[in-house]
Amino acid sequence: MRSKVVLRRLMAKQQVRFGLFGLVLLLAVAYVGPFLGPYDWTEKDFTSFLSAPSADHWWGTTQIGQDMYAVTLRGMQKSIVIGFLVALISTGLAALVGAFAGFFGGWVDKVLMWGADLLLVLPSFLIIAIMSPKLKGGTWLWFVVLLAAFSWMITSRVVRSMTLSLREREYVLAARYMGIPDWKIILRHILPNLSSLLIIDATLNVSAAILGETALSYFGFGVQPPDVSLGTLIASASGNQVIAYPWLFFFPAGLLVLLVLSINLFGDGLRDALDPGSNS
Amino acid sequence: MGKYLLRRLATSVILVAVAASLAYLLAASSLNPRANYQGKQPPVPAHVIDNTLNQYNLNDKTPVLERYGTWVSGVVKGDFGKTWSGGSINDVMGRRIGVSLRLLLIGTVLGSALGVAIGAYAAVKQYRFSDRAIGVGSFVIMAIPVFVIATLLTMAATGLNNAAGSTLIEYTGEYNPALSGWDQFANRLNHLILPTLSLCLGQIAFYSRIQRNMMLDVLGQDFVRTAQAKGLSRRTALFKHALRTALVPAATYFAFAFGTMLTGATFTEKIFGWHGMGAWLVESIHANDTNAVAAVSLFAAVCVLVAGFLSDLIVAALDPRVRVS
Amino acid sequence: MTILEVNDLTVTFPGGIQAVRGVSYQLGRGEVLGIVGESGSGKSVTSLAVMGLLPAGADVSGSVKLHGRELLGMPEKEILKRRGKAISMIFQDPLSAFTPVYTIGNQIAEAVRVHQDIGKEAAAKRAVELLDLVGIPHPDVRAKAFPHEFSGGMRQRAMIAMAIANDPDVLICDEPTTALDVTIQAQVLEVLKTAQRETGAGIVMITHDLGVVAGLADRVLVMYAGKPVEQGTVEEIYYRPRQPYTMGLLASIPRLDRESERLIPIEGNPPSPAALPPGCPFAPRCPLRVDACDDAEPPLQHLTGETRMTACIRSHEIEVKGLTGAEVYPVPEPVAAEHIARPRSERATVLELDQLIRHYPLMKGAVFKRRVGTVHAVDGISFDIVEGETLALVGESGCGKTTTLQQIMQLEAAQGGRVVVFGKDSGALTKSDRKALRKDLQIVFQDPMAALDPRMPVGDILAEPLRAHGHQDIPARVAELLTLVGLDPDCVHRYPQHFSGGQRQRIGIARALALEPKLIVLDEPVSALDVSIQAGVINLLEDLKARLGLSYLFVAHDLSVVRHLADRIAVMYLGKIVEVGTVKEVYGTPAHPYTRALMSAIPLPDPQLERSRRRVILEGDLPSPATPPTGCRFHTRCPKRALLPEAQRQRCVAEEPAVVRLAHADDHGAACHYPEVTQVTDISPVEDK
Repeated sequence: MRSKVVLRRLMAKQQVRFGLFGLVLLLAVAYVGPFLGPYDWTEKDFTSFLSAPSADHWWGTTQIGQDMYAVTLRGMQKSIVIGFLVALISTGLAALVGAFAGFFGGWVDKVLMWGADLLLVLPSFLIIAIMSPKLKGGTWLWFVVLLAAFSWMITSRVVRSMTLSLREREYVLAARYMGIPDWKIILRHILPNLSSLLIIDATLNVSAAILGETALSYFGFGVQPPDVSLGTLIASASGNQVIAYPWLFFFPAGLLVLLVLSINLFGDGLRDALDPGSNS
Repeated sequence: MGKYLLRRLATSVILVAVAASLAYLLAASSLNPRANYQGKQPPVPAHVIDNTLNQYNLNDKTPVLERYGTWVSGVVKGDFGKTWSGGSINDVMGRRIGVSLRLLLIGTVLGSALGVAIGAYAAVKQYRFSDRAIGVGSFVIMAIPVFVIATLLTMAATGLNNAAGSTLIEYTGEYNPALSGWDQFANRLNHLILPTLSLCLGQIAFYSRIQRNMMLDVLGQDFVRTAQAKGLSRRTALFKHALRTALVPAATYFAFAFGTMLTGATFTEKIFGWHGMGAWLVESIHANDTNAVAAVSLFAAVCVLVAGFLSDLIVAALDPRVRVS
Repeated sequence: MTILEVNDLTVTFPGGIQAVRGVSYQLGRGEVLGIVGESGSGKSVTSLAVMGLLPAGADVSGSVKLHGRELLGMPEKEILKRRGKAISMIFQDPLSAFTPVYTIGNQIAEAVRVHQDIGKEAAAKRAVELLDLVGIPHPDVRAKAFPHEFSGGMRQRAMIAMAIANDPDVLICDEPTTALDVTIQAQVLEVLKTAQRETGAGIVMITHDLGVVAGLADRVLVMYAGKPVEQGTVEEIYYRPRQPYTMGLLASIPRLDRESERLIPIEGNPPSPAALPPGCPFAPRCPLRVDACDDAEPPLQHLTGETRMTACIRSHEIEVKGLTGAEVYPVPEPVAAEHIARPRSERATVLELDQLIRHYPLMKGAVFKRRVGTVHAVDGISFDIVEGETLALVGESGCGKTTTLQQIMQLEAAQGGRVVVFGKDSGALTKSDRKALRKDLQIVFQDPMAALDPRMPVGDILAEPLRAHGHQDIPARVAELLTLVGLDPDCVHRYPQHFSGGQRQRIGIARALALEPKLIVLDEPVSALDVSIQAGVINLLEDLKARLGLSYLFVAHDLSVVRHLADRIAVMYLGKIVEVGTVKEVYGTPAHPYTRALMSAIPLPDPQLERSRRRVILEGDLPSPATPPTGCRFHTRCPKRALLPEAQRQRCVAEEPAVVRLAHADDHGAACHYPEVTQVTDISPVEDK
């Protein structure tokens, strides 16, 4: 019933249709595209370095003769995977921390929120950048863990304040007065009633995580070679080369912008549909 | 009020101290200044390296906590230590903070003011063409990372300069040291254009989105209807009652927006060749410069807390409900 | 002289939802027209349409003439000249109706300056005068206060001041007192009368409260499903209703002024405006329905030879036979005989409160949070409930009744005093004791919307307590519970939002009954429901009590409902019990001046009685529970104390009265140094008209 209503409201919005279409298309490009191209991303064509887009190398080649099309899609896959993983972990963490802090109050609340405040004092970019030398040589999954560990704080504050009001809701009181244990109340009554917020937040966190990943990778603090991501590709294209070899920059940057834009359009539309009170 | 401010100051100082300590410990354990001296031709003797590193409090053979103790005892006296090559952190910081603050202040003021104005305009024109155009524009801008915006702006400026045959817009550095007087000032302004633009665009987009949504939230509320029931036109009711009230929630985002701008400034400085704190952070991580990294972290923490405090002050100034009577 | 004339006003919202379907009325100078109807009847939409303040998507047709000039379709510039000047409006919720960031004085001055060409200073002065006129103490100081610094009653006064700032000819009041407590409501209604005297305006009074209309209106328009169903003078409507819905509405309300037998509910629910029945929209619920009712919707017509109008094909027949609501509606079955007929002293005590205390820290500010004092929410109250008894805990908002009930439900050690439930001190319970005790003690909440988890189907909501306490064969028990509260047992898969308010409250009751409790706490169980629905739920509560041998702690502010449902009553004021006793004794000879004022403030749905009785109107607002007055907490507002000689008055300030049993009473005590002993005449039984 409700899901149908939401779906109808969702699809009625132009921005959602654009966002969803863009997202599906970009996912298809990232995961189906590599099978269509003539080169593998690890291959190096020693006959053409830094060549412009052509029939052979659709999006041109890099300094070391890699096919830009293959490498960019490979990088996009990595960025997408990182984005989704980070969003999932950080939203889950935010939900748990926020709900527990809000529901139990007292010292639990104080400790958890003090921790969140502390992490907010230093920009996550800075902390991860400082820790990045340790990641060199390690797997990119550590990078995912770090990104997630430093991006849950704001959502958890929102979850906490909503939990505070839900906690006083009469159906939660009713459950308490029935003798239902607290953790069960959180899982059964609090979190399901926050699901709209969490879904929206998880969606928008995907794009935030992708932006965070590319930003860190841009300075070499993120994804490490031999892995590639949109961030590392844009970084290697920057500097004085941009003017001379624009294809190195425009393909990864363009895909990045489209990807983030699609997710944001979709997420924002989702907010309107799931949470109509929040807006007009 | 005074008591409140004192308490607030105390907790902020503690937060800064903990955050900076954390940053120092992280930096001290993950950066390796020794690498800067190793592998040189001719090789530097090990005891010389140790001596030098000891002198700068950077020796990884000294336990982390001991180095931390030395660092703290310096910091409380206002001495932030030495760079890996023996320079004074205080000197470098003194030069760089001004550079960064100039960018950050201009970015904040322009970004929030323009953003709020544009957002309010869009809300009043809801669903009209201008609202849609602003909406699409802000979505697109928010999807472009600062480093891409900055790169694009550089390319545009290069293109323009090439077309004009002279340097119309500057895109590297802060000023041309060869000039003086008014020329120097104009030159400084010229150098500001692109960095400010790259930093502001995102802020404007962010604030306009927030302000528009907050205003639309407020539009449906009873007091806007009351204002109209008095005989005010819809436009007056919106500007006098809705805009003013919607500024309150928008102001709560101030601290958050400032945080993202702090990160953004790193890219701006680096790409446009400004020697600010952000650029320093990137350079010193690459150079394994523990003390410099710790100093930048401290600066960032102070900035974030000041922004949070300002955010609360603005909210209190705008909203009588949160003031202490 | 007619100043406002509405003809065949129709409002259609996007999606073809007809909220208002043909409303017509005239309003003369100085006249009060009451528009009565339940939620969703279209009464508020009507008034917003008249003001031209409906959202852009709404389609308004028909005619609204002010001083003979058509308002619908008038250019915006012309309308702006009239809105707030010739016609102004008072809204229901005075908190959200003021802009939170400007001072009250500022907002009133703004209303003045929109229409009068005067300077800022003069407008500010005028605002202070207006605030003075509506009875706000220290108006010059209070004008500088922000809306959140005003109490609800004060805000509504300020709202009235703003509405009359430009001497309007028409004043539309949309449920102006619904959000207020009864004693404050009485004050605000007085202010409205003053405002009318000052301006000579015609008033359109929109409300669901038949008592308010009885005291104020000259003529009444009853609305149902977006359409007027009856219109006439207030006497005609109240004493000789000729349309079955009006008849039912009047018959269904519990009365403060008489002991009532069973209430007469109107079965069913109002139709959704999106799915109206083919003929008369009331036909599905009407006891007088005949086949012809479904053919076409009856128009609002003059009853033969009278000015009043009804929309019912059988009005004439009702008139000729002289039928009343009590006669045409099926009388519900009488309450089953109670199990326990033993005297009170022989019955077991199920709940005992002994000097219960609950204080809160008072925090101020959202950003600059700090403790500024202590709220004495509950300050030493004692009462007990025995098996099979209903005790009503009565008081206005802020008196501490909700806190009391939370303290009982939490089953934790009290800050001070004791809560003893079924003989067990709640402070000395182990975890398993507490859980076991919860089976016997359950609660029904006020807001049927908020009390049920919107993400759970009804079956799961009812199964939750059963599972938690390890019951077997849950589906059978769930079906049994639903049947018990008069719902279809097949509805287990539906979600709460698919039920009407009354049905949701029944689900809430079923959940409370799931574990077969002995004591149920009822937290304002009917105050969020429409009157026609309310009667059914009250009857259900009565039946359940008799059949299952329950005890109720009934927390309420509505003294009429209390009189109907309760055996004993305890009246609270500022965290203290001021009077306690059997319903018969307390209603017959209320001893505490506060109880008297409370009873006198409740408007009776009987125009003659309501207009003729003497009113005690309390001065001012409830003092803050953070700084309660010394001695008797009521002394700052006590009408009785004002009449006492100085020597006796001192005692009220200096000495706190305890609840003492009154002489010549079996079970009746009051906390007053000088209790009243005379009977109250104007609410004692009167002959049925």
